[in-house]
Amino acid sequence: MLFPVADIIFYAFALLLIASAFMVILSRHPVQSALYLVLAFFASAGLWIMTQAEFLGLILILVYVGAVMTLFLFVVMTVPMETLPPHQAYFRSFVLGFFVLLLFVFLMGRLLLHYADVTIPSLTLSSSVGDTQAIGQVLYTIYLYPFELGALLLLLAIVAAISLNAKIDRRKIINDINAQINTQASDRLKIIRMQSEKKIQESSPHDT
Amino acid sequence: MTHDTALLLLSSLVFAIGIAGMVINHRNLVVLLMCIELLLLSVNTNFITFAHHFNQVDGKIFVFFILTVAAAETAVGLAILMVLYRQRGTIEIEKMDILKG
Repeated sequence: MLFPVADIIFYAFALLLIASAFMVILSRHPVQSALYLVLAFFASAGLWIMTQAEFLGLILILVYVGAVMTLFLFVVMTVPMETLPPHQAYFRSFVLGFFVLLLFVFLMGRLLLHYADVTIPSLTLSSSVGDTQAIGQVLYTIYLYPFELGALLLLLAIVAAISLNAKIDRRKIINDINAQINTQASDRLKIIRMQSEKKIQESSPHDT
Repeated sequence: MTHDTALLLLSSLVFAIGIAGMVINHRNLVVLLMCIELLLLSVNTNFITFAHHFNQVDGKIFVFFILTVAAAETAVGLAILMVLYRQRGTIEIEKMDILKG
């Protein structure tokens, strides 16, 4: 047996993911949480690539690290946060969160022990096409309709985010319906009396 | 332990960490959104593990759509958070008692 390089890389990424996930929830400042979340996404993308999901791993890095986490950092740095909560309250919620963590690990451990002897055989048919080609072949045929709906959803998200945050004076947009109904002609139209203008005799050649 | 089993254990642990983070950081709305991202990440890892285990591409398609929806959700959520900050001057959850009589 050769030196298990793949195993070592796999478990290194796994440890990195666990450590950075812990640091996301334990950091006192949200900027640190966001940066550790970037690290967690990178480790997870490495694991996905090792699990033969290269396309999704790259998408995770491009979309999440490139766009979503940038948005998070923008918001975190725009909105001033309260730096430190009172230490007593923080300790209480920390203990509560630790109990929730223990509860989840306990439940999943029970589940794993219950199904410890069940092994589902894996289908390791070595497919000739790569991950990207396999996804593309079904994404544009079977899943075409959900794909279009996803595009529409992203467009809606763009419109929603921009319209929520655009600096428009909303009083100019909202119609006052009572004022519109009760308006009179004299509110809008003003009739004035004035002398009629004299006709200009000779006009300059530039006027047409 | 094969890599698939290890990935399932890992994703369940990350899910537990995300839930615990929602309890620990229940004051800060931005960190709550980050914990939701952790939960989605663990679910996506689960999907990819089973897609690899059964050699099916449908799980990866699900991950693709989950990523799409999660990106839209994050964008709208952060936009709402900015509006909230501009109107109230704070994003502390405990001060969101405007509906309290």
